[in-house]
Amino acid sequence: MTNLATPASPPKSETVHVSLTVNGKPVTVEVDPRTLLVQLLRDHLLLTGTHVGCDTSQCGACVVLMDGDAVKSCTVLAAQADGASVTTIEGLAAGGTLHPMQEAFRENHGLQCGFCTPGMIMTAVDLVAHHGPGLTEQQIREGLDGNLCRCTGYHNIVKSIAAGAQAMAGGSGSGAKVAAE
Amino acid sequence: MTATDASAFSTVTPIGAAVRRKEDHRFLTGKGRYTDDFSRPGQTFAYFLRSPHAHAAIRSIDVSAARAMPGVVDILTGADLAEDKIGDLICGWMIHSKDGSPMKMGSHPALAKGKVRYVGDHVAVVIAESLHQAKDAAAAIAVDYEELPVAAGLATAQEAGAPQLHDIAPRNTAFEWELGDRAATEAAFAKAVRVVSLDLVNNRLAPNAMEPRAAIGEYDAGDEAYTLWTTTQNPHVARLVLSAFVGIAPEHKLRVIAPDVGGGFGSKIFLYAEETVCAWASKRVGRPVKWTAERSESFLSDAHGRDHLTHAELALDAGGRILGFRVHTRANMGAYLSTFASSIPTYLYGTLLSGQYDMPAIYCEVDAVYTNTAPVDAYRGAGRPEATFLVERIMEKAARELGEDPAEFRRKNFITKFPHQTPVILNYDTGDYAASLDKAMQMADIAGFPARKAEAARRGRLRGIGYSAYIEACGLAPSSAVGSLGAGVGLWESAEVRVNPTGNVEVLTGSHSHGQGHETTFAQLVSARLGIPIDQVTIVHGDTDKVQFGMGTYGSRSGAVGMSAIVKALDKVEAKARKIAAYLLEASEGDIEFKDGKFTVAGTDRAVPFAEVALGAYTAHKFPTSEIEPGLKEGAFYDPINFTFPAGCHICEVEVDPETGVTDIVKFTAVDDFGVVINPMIVEGQVHGGIAQGIGQALLEGVTYDSDGQLVTGSYMDYTMPRADDVPRFDVGLTETRCTTNPLGIKGCGEAGAIAAPAAVINAMTDALGTEDVPMPATPATVWRICEAQAAARRAAE
Repeated sequence: MTNLATPASPPKSETVHVSLTVNGKPVTVEVDPRTLLVQLLRDHLLLTGTHVGCDTSQCGACVVLMDGDAVKSCTVLAAQADGASVTTIEGLAAGGTLHPMQEAFRENHGLQCGFCTPGMIMTAVDLVAHHGPGLTEQQIREGLDGNLCRCTGYHNIVKSIAAGAQAMAGGSGSGAKVAAE
Repeated sequence: MTATDASAFSTVTPIGAAVRRKEDHRFLTGKGRYTDDFSRPGQTFAYFLRSPHAHAAIRSIDVSAARAMPGVVDILTGADLAEDKIGDLICGWMIHSKDGSPMKMGSHPALAKGKVRYVGDHVAVVIAESLHQAKDAAAAIAVDYEELPVAAGLATAQEAGAPQLHDIAPRNTAFEWELGDRAATEAAFAKAVRVVSLDLVNNRLAPNAMEPRAAIGEYDAGDEAYTLWTTTQNPHVARLVLSAFVGIAPEHKLRVIAPDVGGGFGSKIFLYAEETVCAWASKRVGRPVKWTAERSESFLSDAHGRDHLTHAELALDAGGRILGFRVHTRANMGAYLSTFASSIPTYLYGTLLSGQYDMPAIYCEVDAVYTNTAPVDAYRGAGRPEATFLVERIMEKAARELGEDPAEFRRKNFITKFPHQTPVILNYDTGDYAASLDKAMQMADIAGFPARKAEAARRGRLRGIGYSAYIEACGLAPSSAVGSLGAGVGLWESAEVRVNPTGNVEVLTGSHSHGQGHETTFAQLVSARLGIPIDQVTIVHGDTDKVQFGMGTYGSRSGAVGMSAIVKALDKVEAKARKIAAYLLEASEGDIEFKDGKFTVAGTDRAVPFAEVALGAYTAHKFPTSEIEPGLKEGAFYDPINFTFPAGCHICEVEVDPETGVTDIVKFTAVDDFGVVINPMIVEGQVHGGIAQGIGQALLEGVTYDSDGQLVTGSYMDYTMPRADDVPRFDVGLTETRCTTNPLGIKGCGEAGAIAAPAAVINAMTDALGTEDVPMPATPATVWRICEAQAAARRAAE
């Protein structure tokens, strides 16, 4: 794949210099000032796991972690991420081993078409960070207020997050056991 | 099995096992490949200038200023379509009116020619080096519109004097269709002891798959061939329409690729203007052309669903048994007939009006009406939710008017003998409606409901319970049958099973997965049948260069039809493999048994595993190639002999706070008979998602246009999608009667929730509120007004 593919920087307008860390790797890019973080990720860095499902910051398909907090990357300018550390869905599985939350989504059928899934998982990781492993079903459902899914009816997403939270507390790799019926 | 166990997929997976999905790894790690994730060298970006008016004549379009803007590659309009002799978008199902006349299909160009008919209609496309530049240039296009009066409302569009959308369709009526026996139904009503009547609105919905539609068209001048990546549920049908009707390119010069598709729910069946333009324009500009919908564009121009106005009457005898059912429905088609729009309120609706009930006579009339709104076509369930909502609402109302228990009233009228010929074409092969009703009642703890209602009342809350005993016709469909009803295509499915020399298997299917998990379920079937581990099976779909032809995925057809085609191909593979195994084992073919992945000489321990036979097929050393061709690859086309009839019973229990109008779904129970289930985990997931969409229709969602035809609900800020805290957990269960008309006994599960849930919810709401008049969506504001009116009436009576 080549960079011809990406929306080229406008030829004449000024650009801004952004340096940040993405999935542990330092990155420096020159972008149009109006470039959004999600565009930086998808179009410049070709990290297409982060999705865009709406244009009003409602759907949450674009959620990534910025300095440890969940943000909607469609609502953050790339320039605002200067100096930040960003984790996307591509950076969650360490060394090829699925993160316990990813594992829990698979074990509990927490995804169907997969489009909302990256945002759901990043939000879920953030929820666990804020509420701890024992978060309640109500906390999960309310915590997903910014994430839309049209396939699952949320039933198995909620189940996945509860199991993933337990697995994160218990160390990596135990997600499947916790979640197993 | 545990999912962390790397060997989990290295096992043979029996039918009925909750095998974890093979496709999940790429989705979980951000490696899914959706259309917008693809970029092509040298690609340009398309932006569509859309009509801001619901109805207007275009006097002129001046693109000269826009053309001079930075980065603009080209700007195309309907005049350019005409110059290239590009045909209109078409509706592929011919419906005849009751007077015998064919439906009146208004011209539907991909870019407007002289007139726009809804807000969002496509006026021009700007192709530029960047999307920003394309948008900037679009703002510089000067369109001189002559605004015309607007026919925005379904209720009034047929009136004399209403503004006309298409000259070909007087009174904005595309067709006036009928089904059933009018005279027999009149006779039934003449002897009725009681007639129950109901007027219903089935609210208009926006499908909202989470992945917006997208397309990349690319023209290869060397091969004079096009490639179109697009978000479609049926790439071959898209290619056929683009080739045979729109005239972009001959089929063999057009490759359509539907990669990972992020949900469809019907909205991605159809061929739209945008992908048509991307393919066509790629040759004109000599570079790839990419377009991705913004969500606001999806609301404007993705085909909507439902939108019916119905009056219905049910004739009952003295014992409360149904004598006849009479229905008149007006169905909104929007501004143009979309690809399958005409079939939805007709053969997917009228044919389901018998429900689960023994109805001796049915007569149904449907008027299909043009309005200055986005086209309306299939959305999850497509006609069958509208039928179920009507049948189950009127059954509930009838039970209440008779003072009978709603469950027992239904039970009394259930069809109990199969096969059963309804008065509206369909012949139900099998079912056990009492079994699903009983199981649902037990799971929902119907016995405990009065106590729960009383307890809620003590807290000032209104509890209600509602049933929905639905049926659907799936497994679309016997080709000759649908052909006789007007379909422009056959509805068989294809499969090709390619066994490689090393014994692993690729299955090419004409079905398309956009969330349904085919890569797992189909592989599970092959694994079970051939006795090889599931990780030795790959499912290939969504590319017209790989799969020869197929009809795609919709109408819960991939299991019943798509998998049946795989079974048929597997039958041929096994038959040939037996012959080869007989030579390898130096035995007679009649003595060869195939079990657990091994070919064995009956009564001996002499055996060869499947993989060895596969290798033998390709080395071709041990059998006469004059008798048996080398290789092991078989294809099949499977045409169903009947529809399948999933059915079941959903029960919803709600609690309403009359002070706020807020409704809490306290319990939702679904019991479904899908026939044989291959993977219960995936089936349950399909049910969950469908129920959430049904609850969305009942309580939250509704597309609204104002009287000028402006879309009021054009974003997620205005259109209420179900969120995690809007829906409960679901209690789902299964019953099983095996489908008798396909080899696996499958009925299909993809739409049941969306079909059953709205009636269950509204029946519960009407029960709680004590009025039959609860419109969808029953939002807190709507419910609060009902409660306030009731309180005012009580005060007045005191």
